[in-house]
This record gives sequence, C-alpha cells and structure tokens, in this order.
Amino acid sequence: MNSVGEACTDLKREYDQCFNRWFAEKFLKGDRSGDPCTETFQKYQRCVQRAIKEKEIPIDGVEFMGPNKDKP
Amino acid sequence: MVKYFCNNTDIRSAWDHVVSAFWQRYPNPFSTHVLTEDVVYREVTVDHRLLTRRLLKKTNRLPRWAERFFPAGMSRSVYIVEDSIVDPVNRSLTTYTWNLNHTTLMSVEERCIFQDSVEQPATTQLKREAWISSGVYGFSRPIQEFGLARFKSNQVKSMKGLEYALSNLQGMCTSAAEMEEKCKEKKRGKQNRRGAPAAAQGHGEGCVREGQRGSQEPGFSCYCAQEAPAVRLTGPHVKYCTGDINSTQ
Repeated sequence: MNSVGEACTDLKREYDQCFNRWFAEKFLKGDRSGDPCTETFQKYQRCVQRAIKEKEIPIDGVEFMGPNKDKP
Repeated sequence: MVKYFCNNTDIRSAWDHVVSAFWQRYPNPFSTHVLTEDVVYREVTVDHRLLTRRLLKKTNRLPRWAERFFPAGMSRSVYIVEDSIVDPVNRSLTTYTWNLNHTTLMSVEERCIFQDSVEQPATTQLKREAWISSGVYGFSRPIQEFGLARFKSNQVKSMKGLEYALSNLQGMCTSAAEMEEKCKEKKRGKQNRRGAPAAAQGHGEGCVREGQRGSQEPGFSCYCAQEAPAVRLTGPHVKYCTGDINSTQ
C-alpha cells in the first residue's frame, strides 16, 4: 500500500513489517518489554509528516477520537 | 438532520486474528478506491492500550447528479482519519473514522467495536454505527440517502477486505474451485507415485468447504487450515479433502 508521501512508501513498509510482528507476538500477548520499531517509526514519521505539510492535509490539531465525544 | 445506521456482524475468526488483520487489510481486491494509507500517530498507554491514528486517502466516486456540487478546482479525493484503540486486556478494538475534507458536501462518521462473540467461540462480533449528514442547502436529503447507500456498499467491501486479510494471515485460500482442484491434483499425484490412496494428514491440515456466511452474497470459502482451531466449521457443510496442501496462497 502506498504512502501519501510518495517518497515514504519504502519506509512505511519497513515500519509496517516491524509493527505487525511486534503486535502479534508481543503486544497482544501482554508482553510489555518495549517496542523494537521505534527507530523505523521515527524515520517513517519524519517523511510522512513532511508530506502532510506539503500537501496541506488538514489533520493537524484534530483531537484523538474527537467526534466520538458527542456520541452515546 | 443526520442519518444513523447500525448493524452487527459475526466474523468467524478469533479476536486476535481480526485485530492483526485489521492492520493488514490494505491493499485488497475490494479496496481499489483506497489510494494511500499511513500511520501518523501511535502510542502504547501506561495501561497497555494501543492508540493509533491512520490517515487514508480515498477516491470520491459520486453519481453524476452530485457532481454539480463540486466546484471545478476541488480535489476529487477524500482524506479520512481512522482513530483506534486496541485493548488487549478487555479484548476490544474500537475505531472511529471520519472524513477530513468535503465535510459540507457530506460528513460520514463511523464507529466500530470488535469484541469476542458472547455466544460463539472463536468468533468476533462487530458492531458498526454510522452518522451521515450533509450541509448542502436544499439537497441534504438526497445527498444523505446517497451517502447511506454508498456507506452500506462500502461496508460490504470493507468486510470482504477484512476477510481477505484474515485468510492471508491464516494461510487460507478463498476460491473453492481452485482448492478442490488442488486437492484433487495432490491426491492424484500421491496415488500415481505410490500406487495407493493418499492417507489423511494429521490434525489441522486439509481443505474444507464451508457454506455461505454473513449477509453478503452467498458463496463458499475454502480453507487450508494449518491450525484448525482458528477456523470454526459448520457441521453439514464441511467437506474434507485430505492430502497435504500448500497452505500459502
């Protein structure tokens, strides 16, 4: 799957692979021993956040689960 | 005025598999309208819940009559935010999805809650709700109706996409005819080589055919189960094709 930042797709894939393994093998099993994907995540984030700014995607400052607040 | 939609579905996979597949469902054959997918925020909280924000870019297919509400210069694609919380202790995944742009034309918000089914083992219950509204003066009702119709159709694709991801994860194949053929070939191969019928493999390896499921169009899904417990089989429709099957598709 492509990233919104064309240059970020490879970094995204590398991160996704790391995350998917950690998620199934550690996180879901309650293993709290720390996240092996921090570095790849940061590399990927630097790239994608830059792309978001360049494309002026209005996601900045949007509250987590924002609209859910008014729902029963 | 807001249109509200709600439904419950059973997904015949264990919650852990569903949640893992949730991150891996793009791309899939039913998601050609999803152009990009990115994780833009992620955090594990002190109480071991995973918070994630994903940004998706999707095409915005509209019927002709609605295109007039689109000024010529306006971007055709929609940016969508999906916020989610995975709680592995309480075994729930809650997602909240909404569009960032084109909100005056139509705003679609969706909340999904995935939890273990109370009634059935190795099954996940999905409760899906949507709120659809339009701010276009004088046309909000037809736009909302269109929005709801498109949402329902996207919901079917979304479930198919999730099931596709699930079956990839579990090494299943989704074409009954293909699998039947593979099973037969393997049997023939074994018979030819050894001159004796293929012996049944040990537990879990095999090809099974299951009857229709869910509210989507009727059909068969054929499973190559490496670990049988991940898949729940229905009695009268189960048919075993024995022989060792290469379970990756």
